[in-house]
Amino acid sequence: MEDAEIKAVIETLLFISGESLSVNRIKNVLEDVDLSKIKSLFWELQHEYEMRSSGLRIVEIAGGFQIATRPEFAGWIKKLKKVKQSSKLSRPSLETLAIIAYKQPIVKAEIEDIRGVDSTGVIKGLLDKHLLKIIGRKDVPGRPILYATTREFLQYFGLREISDLPTLKEFTELMEEDESITTSEAQSITAIES
Amino acid sequence: MSYQVRLEVFEGPLDLLLHLIKKDELNIYDIPISTITQQYFEYIDLMKELNLDIAGEYILMAATLTHIKSKMLLPQEEKVGEEEETEDPRAELVRRLLEYRKFKEAAEDLCEREDIWRDVFYPKNEVSSEFEEEEVMLDVGIFDLIDAFKEIIQRMPDNKTSIDIIPEELTVRGRMSALIERLDVTGPEGLTLWALLEGDTTRRAIVVTFLALLELAKLHLIRLLQIEGDDTLRICRISSNDEAGEAEGGDADDKETD
Repeated sequence: MEDAEIKAVIETLLFISGESLSVNRIKNVLEDVDLSKIKSLFWELQHEYEMRSSGLRIVEIAGGFQIATRPEFAGWIKKLKKVKQSSKLSRPSLETLAIIAYKQPIVKAEIEDIRGVDSTGVIKGLLDKHLLKIIGRKDVPGRPILYATTREFLQYFGLREISDLPTLKEFTELMEEDESITTSEAQSITAIES
Repeated sequence: MSYQVRLEVFEGPLDLLLHLIKKDELNIYDIPISTITQQYFEYIDLMKELNLDIAGEYILMAATLTHIKSKMLLPQEEKVGEEEETEDPRAELVRRLLEYRKFKEAAEDLCEREDIWRDVFYPKNEVSSEFEEEEVMLDVGIFDLIDAFKEIIQRMPDNKTSIDIIPEELTVRGRMSALIERLDVTGPEGLTLWALLEGDTTRRAIVVTFLALLELAKLHLIRLLQIEGDDTLRICRISSNDEAGEAEGGDADDKETD
């Protein structure tokens, strides 16, 4: 198959998939084409969309690629049809998600330690929205539940993977004074990297 | 008597303290503890006046502030022989405030992302139903099962309390073996939740089936699955030899996104 044809196939698959498509899933369809080829054609396709100022673009999101509209055209979409949009997340929800995103897997007590308030209800709401999932129990007394973010979380916030999040700001002044900060900071960095 | 007071909403005591520090441009590393304690109490009093429920966390922080304040008032004891520097009584509080502030900033970043990405739309997967698509089975958690049952119970015509005459044989244990027997016959594709509940006409019977399913799931004898894009829950039997492989399969699904 010629590159142009493969690219057209990829575009077709992107168009109908309805969810983010990973390079591996494309590979399952285009068996004879190797991964690096698929990847580079993805980039090419993405570039072509950009070049011709298309209303659509190809975004890298939730571990794959997806055709998406541009946020600046949202107004037109909403004029065409009523878009059912869920309400924005509350501040407690965002705070809790941020903590979990950077420190996952994490138990409720650790979240509450940072926030300084009870977080049971917030966590339940985020589980219902599938932005969080339970991934097991921590091997400590009481076997508390461990929480982590989901693929839907990445999709919702337009992230390719969790490491796309900006690194937490460092507080150098304090670190000189307090060793414990340095360790918690280091932990959060490894959590992001892993 | 009605009066309006502009009162910012705080997420908790740490949020309130950060607000007080920012408002007066205080140095977070050198908090004037008596000033801040006083302001904190003023805020608590205001909440009381407004008849707001004051969460326990606020009271705890009030106690902590008072404790720190009293410690600061005590003369520093020079401990002869001990090399360790006495820690600033505020250190722990400062550490918590900074830690909290980090995530508050991270939350703001997420909020900005939310604003942008809420306005991004994707082509819908409308074609998929026209294709004889290979069914992608998703592993379902306990909460999905609970949701499904909630729905079923709500949909039951007779929601009123009625006196059920329960035959003796309605036990969770009995239902468990009955379910296993049925699932063993049906093979790997399993049965839908609806099919399993067909014989259950009372709320009680549904609850017994529900408990039996939970117990079976806990014992890893069954698996709860959902076909992608469909809410119907399916229940399949896990045979003891493929259990390990299946469990790994579930993990691999997640990893694919990396």
